[in-house]
Amino acid sequence: MTDIAIHVKDLRKSFKATEVLKGVDFEVRRGEIFALLGSNGAGKTTTINILSTLLKPDDGSASVCGFDVGRQSEKVRESISLTGQFAAVDGILTGRENLVLIAKLRGVADAHKTADALLSRFGLSDAAKRRADTYSGGMARRLDIAMSLVGTPAVIFLDEPTTGLDPEGRLEVWKTAKDLADRGTTILLTTQNLEEAEQLADRIAILHGGKIIASGTLDELKKLFPPAKVEYIEKQPSLEEIFLAIVGQKEASK
Amino acid sequence: MKVLRDTSILFGRSMRHILRSPDTIITVAIMPIMFMLLFVYVFGGAIQTGARNYVNYLLPGILLIAIASGIAYTAFRLFTDRQKGLFARFHSMPVARSSVLWAHVLTSLVSNAISVVVIILVALIMGFRSSAGVLAWLAVAGILVLFTLALTWLAVIPGLTAKTVEGASAFSYPLIFLPFISSAFVPTATMPTVVRAFAENQPVTSIINTVRSLLNSEPVGNEIWIALAWCVGIAIVTYFFAMRAYKQTA
Ligand SMILES: Nc1ncnc2c1ncn2[C@@H]1O[C@H](COP(=O)(O)OP(=O)(O)OP(=O)(O)O)[C@@H](O)[C@H]1O
Ligand SMILES: [Mg+2]
Repeated sequence: MTDIAIHVKDLRKSFKATEVLKGVDFEVRRGEIFALLGSNGAGKTTTINILSTLLKPDDGSASVCGFDVGRQSEKVRESISLTGQFAAVDGILTGRENLVLIAKLRGVADAHKTADALLSRFGLSDAAKRRADTYSGGMARRLDIAMSLVGTPAVIFLDEPTTGLDPEGRLEVWKTAKDLADRGTTILLTTQNLEEAEQLADRIAILHGGKIIASGTLDELKKLFPPAKVEYIEKQPSLEEIFLAIVGQKEASK
Repeated sequence: MKVLRDTSILFGRSMRHILRSPDTIITVAIMPIMFMLLFVYVFGGAIQTGARNYVNYLLPGILLIAIASGIAYTAFRLFTDRQKGLFARFHSMPVARSSVLWAHVLTSLVSNAISVVVIILVALIMGFRSSAGVLAWLAVAGILVLFTLALTWLAVIPGLTAKTVEGASAFSYPLIFLPFISSAFVPTATMPTVVRAFAENQPVTSIINTVRSLLNSEPVGNEIWIALAWCVGIAIVTYFFAMRAYKQTA
């Protein structure tokens, strides 16, 4: 058993004329929270979709838990769970039925018990018997994440899990992610929210212009930050400043 | 078998959609029933078909109209699943990929069968009578299932590729219209040459004539083979394009 849960090497992907990924490399270790940071259209979702076997890369290699996403896609799917950028819940079914459905598909021994446990963990017990299309955005997102936890997959992909959530909901998701990582689940999360990456991630990679232009722990990234500003500003540079400096969008600095 | 297990779980899910919004079944059945009422009680007196019982004459065409409008909902259900990201969810899970599609296809067959049964019940109230035996009824069921299957695979294509909900179901309008230019309501012999040529050579006419003959215990002749050839032919071609579209669905 290696220590590497996700291995991405020279990954390339184009959609017709648009070259989205131009050779992406990164590694995610077992049990860590890894944040893929990037602006709109950087290719975060594309990367996640390739890793979750939904898209085929044009070139390069990607493996999850040692399984190649192309050749051993069935094995990969057994090891992962995807929480896509937009909540993928069945609106006509109730919250509980959604969870039971996923549990049955995953062949979980006691689907109903699993569903009830997750409902209470995500504060959805009261809404369990309501159709999911009556849920608020935050509730749907929580249900969506709960559905991804069914069957305790080894690796979880969270594509912008807190977009559209209120601060409370965001904290809730952060807590869930941390809990999962504590229990040994590997989490690859994408975000545009720099605070989120700063709060949550053990390591961060910045995807820009089709490549990973910087990666490492927050401290390592801080070292990349030009120190000039630190001389007269007392506070440490926030990740946002680091990000903007690296990406070169200085006009947006607050 | 994993494929069968996954298909039956997902089929249960789509059937729950249908039972939970019975309006889809009612909507599918109500329009053909309206046509049936209109043609029998308003136009019927003026239409000369040679048949003593006009409901008997009309029913096969009405059933095809019902199926043609029913499959619009199949496309709609596929479209929503794709748009809501449920396909992506299922495809990223250890679920047999073909099950996701077959569950929709089975749902289409079952929900259309329900509509057909409802319409036949209404027709019975309106005076429809059949002398057909069990075998003939089985043959009718077989042809209707084959027709539904062919149109279902056709519906899968826009369901998987359309950009808007309207686009996903618009393809069914011409199909619903097709029985009107066929032997469904009046014998083709009364039509002007060009229209008649179209009516007699389009797939719907041979299917309607076959079903009508079977229900009236009349010999089906060659027509049944033409009907079967159309159904199987359409099913094979649309299946090919549907699978191609499905391959490209994330
Ligand atoms: N199926 C597709 N067909 C054509 N272009 C696509 C397709 N999917 C993505 N793209 C393009 O690829 C680029 C990257 O998209 P992607 O969704 O991966 O970005 P992202 O980093 O997730 O952005 P966001 O933060 O907005 O979610 C975009 O320019 C997008 O328009
Ligand atoms: Mg995205």
